[in-house]
Amino acid sequence: MEDTTTNKQISSPTTTVAALRLFFHDYFVDGYDTSILVSSTRFSKSERGYPGFSNRKGSGIGIPDSLPRVQGHGYRIHCRNIASMTSKPVRNQSFAMINCDDISYFKKILGERGVVLEEEKLDDANTDWMRKFKGSSKLMLQPRSTQEVSQILDYCNSRRLAVVPQGGNTGLVGGSVPVFDEVIINVSSMNNTISFDKDSGILVCEAGCILENLISFLDNEGYIMPLDLGAKGSCQIGGNVSTNAGACALFDTRTFLSGISGLEVVLANGTVLDMLGTLRKDNTGYDLKHLFIGSEGSLGIVTKVSILTPPKLSSVNLAFLACEDYTSCQKLLSEAKRKLGEILSAFEFLDINAMDLVLKHLDGLRNPLPSAKHNFYILIETTGSMESHDKEKLESFLLQSMENGLLNDGVLAQDVNQASSFWRIREGIPEALMKAGAVYKYDLSLPPEKMYNLVEEMRERLGTAANVVAYGHLGDGNLHLNISTRQYNDSILSKIEPFVYEWTSEQRGSISAEHGLGLMKANKIHYSKSAETVQLMAAIKKLLDPNGILNPYKVLPTSILSQSGVDEP
Amino acid sequence: MKIMVAIKRVIDYAVKIRVKPDKSGVETSNVKMSMNPFCEIALEEALRIKESGRASEVVAVSVGPSQCVDTLRTGLAMGADRAIHVEFPGTLYPLSIAKIFKALVDAEKPGLLLLGKQAIDDDCNQTGQMVAGLLKWPQGTFASKVVLDEENKVVTVDREVDGGLETLCLDLPAVITTDLRLNQPRYATLPNIMKAKSKVIKKLTPQDLKVEIKSDLEVIQVTEPPKRKAGVILSSVDELIDRLKNEARVI
Repeated sequence: MEDTTTNKQISSPTTTVAALRLFFHDYFVDGYDTSILVSSTRFSKSERGYPGFSNRKGSGIGIPDSLPRVQGHGYRIHCRNIASMTSKPVRNQSFAMINCDDISYFKKILGERGVVLEEEKLDDANTDWMRKFKGSSKLMLQPRSTQEVSQILDYCNSRRLAVVPQGGNTGLVGGSVPVFDEVIINVSSMNNTISFDKDSGILVCEAGCILENLISFLDNEGYIMPLDLGAKGSCQIGGNVSTNAGACALFDTRTFLSGISGLEVVLANGTVLDMLGTLRKDNTGYDLKHLFIGSEGSLGIVTKVSILTPPKLSSVNLAFLACEDYTSCQKLLSEAKRKLGEILSAFEFLDINAMDLVLKHLDGLRNPLPSAKHNFYILIETTGSMESHDKEKLESFLLQSMENGLLNDGVLAQDVNQASSFWRIREGIPEALMKAGAVYKYDLSLPPEKMYNLVEEMRERLGTAANVVAYGHLGDGNLHLNISTRQYNDSILSKIEPFVYEWTSEQRGSISAEHGLGLMKANKIHYSKSAETVQLMAAIKKLLDPNGILNPYKVLPTSILSQSGVDEP
Repeated sequence: MKIMVAIKRVIDYAVKIRVKPDKSGVETSNVKMSMNPFCEIALEEALRIKESGRASEVVAVSVGPSQCVDTLRTGLAMGADRAIHVEFPGTLYPLSIAKIFKALVDAEKPGLLLLGKQAIDDDCNQTGQMVAGLLKWPQGTFASKVVLDEENKVVTVDREVDGGLETLCLDLPAVITTDLRLNQPRYATLPNIMKAKSKVIKKLTPQDLKVEIKSDLEVIQVTEPPKRKAGVILSSVDELIDRLKNEARVI
């Protein structure tokens, strides 16, 4: 085999991987999720050595360009076992390629401004913000109305052109960028607020509205957005809905879902589904909007959203606290639920590794509790309507917890500025992780009492090879497990996966609490959902998008979709 | 030596200011109020001087409505030893405040009076200067560095002035007003919040201090700054030049 590979490598380097895939064919079909990568030799350039190799036709399975090069001389076969970074599927050949007629058609319906062909702009749209996933789309469309989205999809469906819906492109699982040459439908230009009812608090807006703009719009009206994210300055409401994005300060609403009172969605064939009802209660027939919340653009493109927003409460208090051990954090949470009751609006935790990382990598931040090091830090936020009452309630709860020994130390924000600097620590962790080097991110739902065991086990497995950083929404049992290394490294990855997924599955947890599945976890859905459930999802996908043009290769495993006939050429 | 620090309760720095519909002032009901950031810096400096062993006591004082107690409580939680609240529900202007401070200084006899250089609500930047005048004490305003020399009864103050720093040496007792870069104020920790609960806040009225509140100023109107007009996108450089020449008349 080595000889064959060597010969192949010399004679036709760019197809070596395809040949190897033939050898190992059985391993690639189902269950195994493997990629092969051949490095260049001094004498010839292999597939690996070509720029943008992962997008080359026939490359089979590749890995994103951003991965550091494989070290060493000569060729090397490079196998990965269940590597989420590398689980890139094959381009579905039943999809058509873009031609000049397509482009002139789109120009006709959208005008010159709505059709983007410039490489530079496409480069940004092809790459996710972590620079982990990269597609090779040659065309981005920027519709300005639902009608235009409908026309685009109608056309793409009839031409079998695959599309990827895109908003602010801040996703973490590669859901918002093309995998191959899918047409990017970017809804950023659809950014109008359509109506706001000052009595009911129902906001209707277009999908491309940036979250932060909505937050400040509502703030002026005396209402609050039931969603707040670190990425609020870039992310768009359509994407938030499509991914059912999670949030920091959402103790009572859990996920964004409960705040959405209606949607307008365009289906794959261009049909516009108006489900924009602005009623609080509506129990007629199936509640179809739920199909589109969190479906990551694989069932339809969200074009308008109506959101039920709660009135703004003036009194917000925030404490930054230190705990000795994880058990204390948990006890503190259950005490807080009991004693703070309705005013408790956020309960976030970060461990010492997360704290150190933020302080090291982000400028202008200071440790609110500099006198000693603590193993765990907690943020407790209360929101209510009576400043003095709420503050007193929180203060007496904290003082009592301190006397009980649950808390080691703590500070209470005395003004909004202090509060934002505390939040900045928690919200700055993803940014600090990016600056620290390579990072393997996992967003898991776990029973709160077992949550930190995973972190400790992971530290044991990895030793000094990586920095295991944990933070999350303790109130929701949501753990953000981040493994920070100098660079992406296979031996580390093999120690993390599938261990982390299996561990989560054993605890009946979810492998994606907030981030969705996207491309990164499409093949991992089995860890959280039963076979029957996944089959039904595939059947729904087939019903709504028979040609499979909407955000292909993502959310559901490609193998499942081809079984149910969606992917058949 | 005792240090007295003036503290003002203002609309929180991060809150968006709204003008009342009748243009009589800004909306303060149901709005988050906090300690003026410059006062926080003044208090922090006083606490640092005390912690370095060069002062024996820090007294926080505030003049205003009953809720000023909350702000003083924050000051106590930061580390002030005790507080004095001069309660007055109405509108106050810098000269009245300066007179009250003078009366408090006469009673308390501190060696140093620290104030923020200005309050972020009215931006008057007058109280420190006025009280120094009334007391006939030397003043160091806009301090970015304060070095106390107890033995020689002097304090050296770096002031941020246009084009550089000015260093003054003041005889004590003196008035110092603090600028932004003097220090970074500390947070109120839970143990200190707990301790603050047992600290004393003395209540006084202007009458107690024999200060008559009257104002020579009258606010006629408060209005919002004009809204910025939306920009326009032009199609060519020529059009831009044309607009700059004929419309904006800047070239």
